[in-house]
Amino acid sequence: MPKSLISIHDFTKEEMLHVLDVAQEFERNKVQTLLHDKVIATLFFEPSTRTRLSFETASNRLGARVIGFSDAGNTSVSKGETLKDTIKMVSNYVDLIVMRHPLEGAARYASEVASVPVINAGDGANQHPSQTMLDLYTIRQTQGRLTDIKINMVGDLKYGRTVHSLLQALSHFNPDFTFTAPDELKMPQEYKDFLNAKGIPFKETRELEGNIDDCDILYMTRVQQERFTDPMEYEKVKNTYNLTASMLGSAKENMKILHPLPRITEIAQDVDDTPHAYYFKQAENGVYVRMAIIAYLLGYK
Amino acid sequence: MEKGGKELKVSAIKNGTVLDHIPTSQLFKVISILGLKDCGNQMTFGMNLDSKLLGKKAIIKVADRFFEETEINKVALVAPDAKINIIRDFEVVEKKVLHVPDEITGIVKCANPKCITNHQPITTKFTTTYEDSTLKLHCHYCEKNTSSDNLKIITEN
Repeated sequence: MPKSLISIHDFTKEEMLHVLDVAQEFERNKVQTLLHDKVIATLFFEPSTRTRLSFETASNRLGARVIGFSDAGNTSVSKGETLKDTIKMVSNYVDLIVMRHPLEGAARYASEVASVPVINAGDGANQHPSQTMLDLYTIRQTQGRLTDIKINMVGDLKYGRTVHSLLQALSHFNPDFTFTAPDELKMPQEYKDFLNAKGIPFKETRELEGNIDDCDILYMTRVQQERFTDPMEYEKVKNTYNLTASMLGSAKENMKILHPLPRITEIAQDVDDTPHAYYFKQAENGVYVRMAIIAYLLGYK
Repeated sequence: MEKGGKELKVSAIKNGTVLDHIPTSQLFKVISILGLKDCGNQMTFGMNLDSKLLGKKAIIKVADRFFEETEINKVALVAPDAKINIIRDFEVVEKKVLHVPDEITGIVKCANPKCITNHQPITTKFTTTYEDSTLKLHCHYCEKNTSSDNLKIITEN
């Protein structure tokens, strides 16, 4: 079975650092058409503009051709084709598959039936490892290191898969966590147990103010409406946090604000003009990191 | 029970396997896990039998059948305290204690409704872990845990 990236656990610490180094090289030298004779499929069974465009840009920058679909609606899937058959068929056409699917575990299963590497671009609320890799890349870029980072994660810590994966990835690097969330959206116990077992310090709070000045990274997240079954619950928590420029007066100079995007109300527009805003650069980094992941899985880097 | 001249509620077998001390509520799950529905051997099932340990218990006797370790250990998922007696010539020649296997393939349904295995024809796969001494099945696909309290057995048709 070829090497795939389905879950952040599929990479060792060494592999993560290697991919980050490769990404850095791609950022310095953006035009490297290593894959000019390759075809990459982007199979999006669920729409996602940002992630798909980022993967397609990464593929194009590497010189590969891209095929795929951005919505399963007009494919054989709507005729009842199984995921297995779709993946079997596509893996005979291409050299690598990038896939997003609304069901959890779909990417792992695809990697077991595919004859080419599979990159998970999100499987329901489960994993989205390229997001985690670009978060690590951005943290290292802004702080000059990955070790001993003090990071405050804010917002939806219950359903947010990006914070869960980032927490697990950072656990290799001696971090210090603050979890800022309303009671309804607190960090699940299993992740706190995980940190306790590893002896990693964390504190939990409901207040954003008072927890900004001592962190290196402020990791904001959106409260995702699509994860709520009860609209009343969503209304109650959707506007809990609203970060404005005036709250950043005594933040550390090196402090950067990250956000997986899209943002709604949790970061005010006036924050964009402060030196702490880094989320757009973070999104740009996604292209270099995805180039590195693709090149690594295909054995070029 | 079966010792010391006491009257047997379920008749003895000459050779085979006896699964004793199964909680009554789990009997049909055990039958399903071992695939006994399709087994042609002579079998007796008893349920709601008096038990000092459980109040009510169930028992399964399968004549002339000796299960592989890996097969019988699957029973631990639903009846971890069941006692396995191997019978030869009406005598208990071996008692086995069940061990929950590290990996479970098939048998159990993933409790996560959004797991791919509940939507496509895929064999489930779990690793077993303990959390505060409750058995959890960690899904190989969706990476969520199914706790042993809401375990659903896949019944083959």
